[in-house]
Amino acid sequence: MAIRERLSGNEAIAYAMKQINPDVVAAFPITPSTEIPQYFSQYVADQAVDTGLILVESEHSAMSACIGSQSAGARTMTATSSCGLALMWEMLYVAASNRLPVTMAVVNRALSGPINIHADHSDSMGARDAGWIQLYSENNQEAYDNFIQAVRIGEHAQVQLPVMVCQDGFITSHSIENIELMEDEVVKNFVGQYEPVTSLLNPHEAIAIGPYDSAAYYMEHKRQQAEAMKNACQVAKEVATDFEALTGRRYDYFEAYRMEDTETAIVVLNSTAGTAKSTVDTLRAAGKKVGLLKIRMFRPFPQEEICQALAHLKAVAVMDRSEGFSAAGGPVFAEVRSALYPLEQRPQIINYIYGLGGRDVTTQHIEMVYESLFDIMETNDPGEVYRYLSVRE
Amino acid sequence: MKTKAGIEINEQIGWKAISPGGIVTEAGSAQHFKTGDWRTMRPVWLQEKCRQCLLCAPTCPDSSIPVVERKREKFDYDHCKGCGICVKACPFEAIEWTKEIK
Amino acid sequence: MSNMMEVRWHGRGGQGAKTAALLLADAAFDAGKYVQGFPEYGPERMGAPITAYTRISSDKITIHSNIYEPDYVVVVDETLIGVVDVMKGLKPAGAVIVNTEKKPDEIRRCLENYDGRLYTIDAQRISQEALGRPFPNTPMLGAVVKVSGMMADDEFIKTMQHSFEHKFASKTEVVAGNMKALVRSMQEVHGDEN
Repeated sequence: MAIRERLSGNEAIAYAMKQINPDVVAAFPITPSTEIPQYFSQYVADQAVDTGLILVESEHSAMSACIGSQSAGARTMTATSSCGLALMWEMLYVAASNRLPVTMAVVNRALSGPINIHADHSDSMGARDAGWIQLYSENNQEAYDNFIQAVRIGEHAQVQLPVMVCQDGFITSHSIENIELMEDEVVKNFVGQYEPVTSLLNPHEAIAIGPYDSAAYYMEHKRQQAEAMKNACQVAKEVATDFEALTGRRYDYFEAYRMEDTETAIVVLNSTAGTAKSTVDTLRAAGKKVGLLKIRMFRPFPQEEICQALAHLKAVAVMDRSEGFSAAGGPVFAEVRSALYPLEQRPQIINYIYGLGGRDVTTQHIEMVYESLFDIMETNDPGEVYRYLSVRE
Repeated sequence: MKTKAGIEINEQIGWKAISPGGIVTEAGSAQHFKTGDWRTMRPVWLQEKCRQCLLCAPTCPDSSIPVVERKREKFDYDHCKGCGICVKACPFEAIEWTKEIK
Repeated sequence: MSNMMEVRWHGRGGQGAKTAALLLADAAFDAGKYVQGFPEYGPERMGAPITAYTRISSDKITIHSNIYEPDYVVVVDETLIGVVDVMKGLKPAGAVIVNTEKKPDEIRRCLENYDGRLYTIDAQRISQEALGRPFPNTPMLGAVVKVSGMMADDEFIKTMQHSFEHKFASKTEVVAGNMKALVRSMQEVHGDEN
């Protein structure tokens, strides 16, 4: 039976880690993800887990230790935020290209500078092309559920890729909310025993990992890695199906909230989706045909499915909680707009950069976004496509 | 060298068959990579001057001086890159340093 | 939406306003509600004004913003009045609860143009007398529950007894002290409307 609890997002991740009982956790603390290794170290001290906890001297070392450990055949996890993720950069690519399914909790926080400790997605969006699967979480429940599913997705023989599970720093990581936990045995059976396809500690098969790759072979390896990312789509679906059978909680590439007979919608990820749902309910009650598409899986990017989900709309606003500095809109916008290209009749589409460095987002702000979509619908003119929400002029 | 599935890894192999992450599944696989053609200078073993002191063999970065039953044998020219370290290491001028003529 | 209760807490770093916000969420959770409890984080340190929030609802809560129009404002440290705009956005039907030894009408004089519901409680003294230590959290919690009527008094007391016993399993005197503080605060919180 499900366990009714109330936990913060960080507590939820640490608890999921405890239930998964990985072989190794290697981490270095950084706000706002610090509590994850902190709570987990208590489980280690209490011998509630068998995990080897490696306390390293930097995030670069944390990811390096994860790579070494996962190569050895150990199920390995870590957590980080912001500049910590940035310091892992080089090693993120190594983990992905060596096909090592490390599971990492990313508690989203703005990148410096100016230095800021609050939520935005500049950290994980910056790492979006590193070859990691990325799952985003609206609240503590989704962070917990995604983290447990991430293990199965990443470790699948057809995938073998690392996964980052993202949630908004402080907003959900430090907010106590209701949560339904699975029982220890159920989690244990769900994730199963890690059976690496190859491992350095297998005495029957001597291997070397991470060799130099010349131009004659590098591209074949990248093409194969890209295929693994494609495979992750199907695997994520299968894992979600199994998860739903156990918990009743449904997960997909994205959540389409009140998208039936919708004319306008916003596309958003993480905690703002929850705030926006409340606005959708209010506007729906007032007879407005509005909906919401919350992206859960950003890597791999479910291009065709998103195209289908938005095809019938008149106007769409894509919300980016990070600047891409492309001078043409944020990273989510670029992907979503590109996804709509195959349509003959495309919805009008605009981009809002919002919530940078923890700028609070209220239901009123979201209402303003819908209002601008109503205007666009009326005039059929998107006007300025690349906009900022709630910034002082 | 072969993949786990037994497919020969060479420049004809496709992306579907190649080993994930380029893992090396065989010990001593450097043997398959012939570096002898990098050589511009060639060490020549003068067997009559050699006293089998074996100071040369461990200095070779490419393991190109085979030692069998405590005696060195002829150079492995398939892998010797012609670095000349062995020439310096020999106390008896038993390795001649000559121009590589192809 | 209409059944949602939103509380904003004002305190100073180190006084436990965040803990109080979470305690209230805990109490409501134990009573079967959906809750959210969270502080507003910043570079603040001991003594600096801090804000924390509690949302309580019988339906699932999805909003993840701060609270700008609270139903209740709790001022854990009365010296913040005049320093921080503690009344900002308070709903007309809402109430403010201040930890002070002063009477409500004395506090009202410090709040410009406020004619809504106002309650005071001397949480510091109650804590000192019941627990032997100046922790205003427990009495403030009792005061908020009493004023808001978010749950029945006896249900709340039963829930908290259980929670304290769980939290301080090996310290029976702490459980007794906290319960005493709770009961007293529910009796001693008073408004100026009557």
